[in-house]
Amino acid sequence: MQVKEYKPLIVAFCCNWCSYAGADLAGNNRLNYPAEVKIIRVPCSCRVNPMFILRAFQRGADGVILCGCHPGDCHYTSGNYFTRRRMAMLFSMLDFLGIERERTRVEWVSAAEGAKFAATMTEFAEQVAALGENKRLEDLRCKK
Amino acid sequence: MQKITKEQLTEKAVSLLRDGTVTHVLGWSAGEFDYDITPAVFSDEASLRKSFVWNDFCGANFSKYLVSKTRGIEGKLLVFLKPCDTYSFNQLLTEHRFDREKVYAIGIPCEGMADIDKVKAICGDGISSVNCDGEKLLVQSIYEDAPISVSPSDVLAERCVNCKSKKHVAYDELMGEDGDVLDSARFDEVSRIEAMSPDERFLFWQNELSRCIRCNACRDACPACTCEVCVFNNPRSGVENKSPANNFEEQMFHIIRAFHVAGRCTDCGECSRVCPQNIPLHLLNRKFIKEMNECYGEYQAGETVGSKSPLTDYTLEDLEPGEVFDRGDINA
Repeated sequence: MQVKEYKPLIVAFCCNWCSYAGADLAGNNRLNYPAEVKIIRVPCSCRVNPMFILRAFQRGADGVILCGCHPGDCHYTSGNYFTRRRMAMLFSMLDFLGIERERTRVEWVSAAEGAKFAATMTEFAEQVAALGENKRLEDLRCKK
Repeated sequence: MQKITKEQLTEKAVSLLRDGTVTHVLGWSAGEFDYDITPAVFSDEASLRKSFVWNDFCGANFSKYLVSKTRGIEGKLLVFLKPCDTYSFNQLLTEHRFDREKVYAIGIPCEGMADIDKVKAICGDGISSVNCDGEKLLVQSIYEDAPISVSPSDVLAERCVNCKSKKHVAYDELMGEDGDVLDSARFDEVSRIEAMSPDERFLFWQNELSRCIRCNACRDACPACTCEVCVFNNPRSGVENKSPANNFEEQMFHIIRAFHVAGRCTDCGECSRVCPQNIPLHLLNRKFIKEMNECYGEYQAGETVGSKSPLTDYTLEDLEPGEVFDRGDINA
């Protein structure tokens, strides 16, 4: 019997104006990044409700990364500053509850940083793969 | 400090009802047992004299009741507020959740409320009555002939042991003396948990949260949780009810609830008081308060009306989420 190789499922929330365009650039430049990274486009990193992140974990994501414009470059002037505070608080709470801190990350990726996008995703996927499956935050009621 | 009596409060309420300052009184009435006091609205003198109660078990934070009880009444509602309730009172005013004009608030001193579980730990089950009139609590059990005398300081509720303030931050009138903001050790327990390894922390919280029966009492009692429709009532979310598993399944409810009130939580401790499973939910809120104090400057929700919570504000030099982890890393 062939054992299926474990590939982590990673959800990446990317802001429409910077990081999503950065992902696009990575594709245009033929840069590889892991196929297990599933991108969800959001209008601004500030759109990401902490519940989205927990929901992704509940439904079986192994890692969640949130990408937005660099601080100061937000299309809506200040959205990512709010994100920064919010995610700092959410992640420290997850840490407080004993969830591995390597499963979550916030990264600022601009539209010109296709290479950074690909490198970040590759590195994050490896980091999550090393942790293995997410057992602590999954919720069997919500898994399809 | 002179302890305030039930008679003083009743007389005050009756005189205000008589002169027409208020038309309704939000107070406490007896429940099935002496220790499960129920909030109630009185609108006439007779019922006040008959059912009004004030003792060491009147822990309920009345601020939240103002949201629903001031609706649809003519005239003013009299409310008695303990110091910690006044913080929630201000916070709800900041959020425009009730009409200040419809409320007549009387600040009353509080020496800390009793926790019936601590009483039971001393006196055992089968408590038939508790007399709170004297210096000590006289607990009558069905198994004993004479009542057991218990010192109130031995059975203080957890939130009162670490009381943050005896100062009233909002009132129309004050009965008794006003106290001061206290320098409490309320973050000690949070620090103790932070010092554990991640696996220990997970086991600690798995043990606590797996007891959750999703009765939603913490949400219903919380003065910061005043949404008319709650996201957790969504029947399609998959997490509306208690899961049959007994694991860590209700984590999302508690994390999101703590996050939802982060920056607005006044640390009144109602969530832990009402929890039938005795889950220390206030620790989640205190963790957020502690983090925000450390990262974004000291902030006490409800201290003034109209203050801005750290999560609705920002500076250009805020810490990055990764740096918050690394800041004085206790687990490195």
